[in-house]
Amino acid sequence: MAQRGIREYDGKRILAQHWKEYFAPEFEYDFKSVLVTPETDLDSLPEKYPWLKELPLVAKPDMLFGKRGKLGLILFKKEKPCDVDYETAKKWIREKMEEEVEIKGKKGKLTHFLIEPCVPHAPEDEYYVAMTLGYDGDHIYMSAFGGIDVEENWDKVKEVVIPPLATEEEIDRLIEENVPQEIKDKEKYADFVKRLYRFFRDMHFAYLEINPLVMVENKVYPLDFVGRVDDTAQFLVGRKWGELEFPAGFGGELSPEEKYIKEMDEKSGASLKLTILNPEGRIWTLVAGGGASVVYADTVADLGYVKELANYGEYSGNPSRAETREYVKTVLDLMTRHKDPQGRPKILIIGGAIANFTDVAKTFDGIIDALKEYADKLKEVGVKIYVRRGGPNYEVGLAKIKKAAEELGLPIEVYGPETHITAIVEKALKENP
Amino acid sequence: MARPDYILFDRDTKAIFWNLNRNAIQRMLDYDYLVGRSPSIVAIVAPTQSRKFEKFFYGTQEIMIPIYRSTTEAAQAHPEADVLVNFASFRTAYDVTVEALNIPTIRTIAITAEGIPERLARDMAARAKKEGKWIIGPATVGGIAAGAFRIGNAGGTLQNIVKSKLHRPGSCGLVTRSGGLFNELSNIIARNADGIVEGIAIGGDRFPGSDFLDHLLRFQKNPQVKYMIMLGEVGGELEYKVAEAIKRGDITKPVIAWCIGTIAKHFGGEVQFGHAGAKAGADRETADAKNRALKEAGAIVPDSFNDFPEVIRSVYEELKAKGEIGEIEEPEVPPIPEDYDKARKAGKVRRPTHFICTISDDRGEEATYCGVPISEVVEKGYSIADVIGLLWFKRKFPQWASKFIDMVIKIVADHGPAVSGAHNAKVTARAGKDLISSLVSGLLTIGPRFGGAIDGAAKYFKMAKEKGMDPYEFVDYMKKVEKKPIPGIGHRIKSTKNPDKRVELLKNFAKENFPSTELLNYALEVEKVTTAKKENLILNVDGTIGVLLVDMFRNLGFSESEIDELIEAGAFNAFFVLGRSIGFIGHILDEKRLAMPLYRHPWDDILYDVKRPEGV
Repeated sequence: MAQRGIREYDGKRILAQHWKEYFAPEFEYDFKSVLVTPETDLDSLPEKYPWLKELPLVAKPDMLFGKRGKLGLILFKKEKPCDVDYETAKKWIREKMEEEVEIKGKKGKLTHFLIEPCVPHAPEDEYYVAMTLGYDGDHIYMSAFGGIDVEENWDKVKEVVIPPLATEEEIDRLIEENVPQEIKDKEKYADFVKRLYRFFRDMHFAYLEINPLVMVENKVYPLDFVGRVDDTAQFLVGRKWGELEFPAGFGGELSPEEKYIKEMDEKSGASLKLTILNPEGRIWTLVAGGGASVVYADTVADLGYVKELANYGEYSGNPSRAETREYVKTVLDLMTRHKDPQGRPKILIIGGAIANFTDVAKTFDGIIDALKEYADKLKEVGVKIYVRRGGPNYEVGLAKIKKAAEELGLPIEVYGPETHITAIVEKALKENP
Repeated sequence: MARPDYILFDRDTKAIFWNLNRNAIQRMLDYDYLVGRSPSIVAIVAPTQSRKFEKFFYGTQEIMIPIYRSTTEAAQAHPEADVLVNFASFRTAYDVTVEALNIPTIRTIAITAEGIPERLARDMAARAKKEGKWIIGPATVGGIAAGAFRIGNAGGTLQNIVKSKLHRPGSCGLVTRSGGLFNELSNIIARNADGIVEGIAIGGDRFPGSDFLDHLLRFQKNPQVKYMIMLGEVGGELEYKVAEAIKRGDITKPVIAWCIGTIAKHFGGEVQFGHAGAKAGADRETADAKNRALKEAGAIVPDSFNDFPEVIRSVYEELKAKGEIGEIEEPEVPPIPEDYDKARKAGKVRRPTHFICTISDDRGEEATYCGVPISEVVEKGYSIADVIGLLWFKRKFPQWASKFIDMVIKIVADHGPAVSGAHNAKVTARAGKDLISSLVSGLLTIGPRFGGAIDGAAKYFKMAKEKGMDPYEFVDYMKKVEKKPIPGIGHRIKSTKNPDKRVELLKNFAKENFPSTELLNYALEVEKVTTAKKENLILNVDGTIGVLLVDMFRNLGFSESEIDELIEAGAFNAFFVLGRSIGFIGHILDEKRLAMPLYRHPWDDILYDVKRPEGV
């Protein structure tokens, strides 16, 4: 992975933690945000944050999805704006946590909420600012028309590209020259954007949007914050991010198996990926290599079997025997949980391109270990195995897996680099339609 | 170096390799040997290495490649190298690249590291463009100029390289994102056409240092390249640059193009298929949209990845029919010597060994003492004496022997500062020498006159007993034949009336615990004879230990000749050496603690008797 969405709460927290360095004393930010999770004790929360009882509040889900206002998922008024007290917010959050909601076609429960003070302000104080990391440079989007209608007013948004090697002076000049005409205090707005850009850059954000951005005199209220950071920069700025969680998108929570593989991947020098597409699916893949895995998935879809494709994943970068074994066991466990309702055999594709330096025999040892452990279960659901692989020690690896499967009584067909990479998919599906 | 700008690598290309990655370096050199060119790597950069060279094979020959602390240093010494193969980790790869971009003689940098922050990757790309230099990667296996130069591990095994015809130029220019599929396509191209001229894997990151179009434009200019293949991926817009270049007429040679990841459309962009850069943010970035655009622009687009082989074959056949591609004469491939280790594992070679070890083994998960893992030694409460049993005599001592050895070591550990060994150790320590030198200077005094009585006693008493001499005969023999006092007999102060307590303890322990004490009994008979002559001619502590060790080994089942061998080998003396080292180290540490100055012996303690020789 590279670009990862972060919670609004975390975005604001990082901003507040580094406010002094980037914005003070010219700008002020009174960071008051509380993240509510299913573990939070809402009754005792005000003891830690007394302002919850003192100020009018806003509450909203903090789960990476946008358009919350339009979805009716922002609580900011009972009768008139900014009259929500803590008791009301608490009740609302408890209710919402129970309801099932549908967002972008995905159903699920709301689990994380943000509570903040409600900031009364005039619409003309609402600005817009966003930044993205692009190939040709960093794109900054500025507008005097912030708020939920920014997309309708996209023609009013001014875009400026900061080229990769721009000097500090060039950055300042480009921002100053491009502040939209409609902004009242251009100098102040430009000053803020210049500082925010340095923050965006130094913290390795890939995307940052504040909308609306409310500025009253020198006080800044980032009423909404959307951020994505480049997680590969962990080694550079991880300490500055602090405890930073990368939640899955709404409805995209990982299954325990996906989570297990992800954790293993994070600890390993090799690459291990697993996405379950359809746990009831008949076609399971164990493919080495990021590119090859896509080609196999494409081929299954091309042949019209995408609905039956159970998983997508890959292992690469010379994983150890133990890592491979754990990875394969996880997949085999998933595929042996149900029989095909129509009684057809399940298909296991052990595929891969011709490896550059991954030791095929070694990774196959890991696969064989797992096959041995799951042999009985595999026979129970009825599995046909198709193998195709090349690379260092492939002859040894192929011979071993053939022998092992035959000894275990598992039907297997084994091919090397002389067979086209995806030919086994076609073969498997033809033989087991 | 006069090579056209569209050629990044040829048979004369020299490279600097960053990171002492022995496997990858050897693979590059093996490739060089395979294609019959001189070694391509002229220098290695490894900032933490203290060595100045590393040896590698070029065929069967060993060559030395110099190691430098920085790329700048390496480049200064090797201005002929215009390629840097950057195998640094994701943490350092950026700094290494920036340093290299500032070196005028370096033109191309290949970066393998995966996980370089996107902002840094983008900056590297921008810097390279500004300097008119080339970056391949990051996150790539690199590429190959067939028959000329291999980057790192690209192409895989030599066997695969030859099968995929990567050892001699064909007529295709290949560019892919993925390294694994780079190999796969090379293989497909070799099977269905005549192989590649050059192939580059630009890497899976969002911001590659050079992209598809950069390389395709080079291929367009390269007269050896007759057609091109591009393998793109879902995500990003780089493939559109290629479509536009084809439309504009910047690319006129046939381009076979395909973007993988057509499956993504079935999952609404929610699933990450493939590399970091491979997630469609918009419809334009889907594989289908890009494949369509490429087809519209005039590229040859197969219906699926499965159809690649046929499409390649037909393009190749057509160009061949037109006479644009001729027949290639296959070069002879020299056999690549197998690595000894690999061949040995495969059971193909053997070699006599030069050393034998029968007491310990460090090859497994855990080192063993005579087959017993060290953890077991600790867990089962083995004593030091038990460890000596395993490592010196390959026996697990019974408890009585183990206790006896323990007593021996305790008893011989020290005998005050005045004995020659301790004295030497102290004098050496005071001369400012280190612990080992001081200890060794003490140990070097151990011999026939100091500490040697254990060996001597064992040897002579054993001999006498074996020859059946009665005690009188033995005493007589020593006096008349050997003409020396009996080793192990006699003490400065101790006598029959004032017995040595240490000797009493040893004797009593042996009598109570040893299955038998034959030689001790004999020695005590001898003592009766000697003490009758003079009270202090008792069996002393050295003598007791000597004869009891003989009794111990007999009881452990060692034969007489085996025991003689042990004495000859110095095994008896070894107990004294080991035990007394404890004392010597104590004296040395004492000197260090007291910070005593250099010792100089006083004049008045030396008898000076120096005379000038006559006639001098």
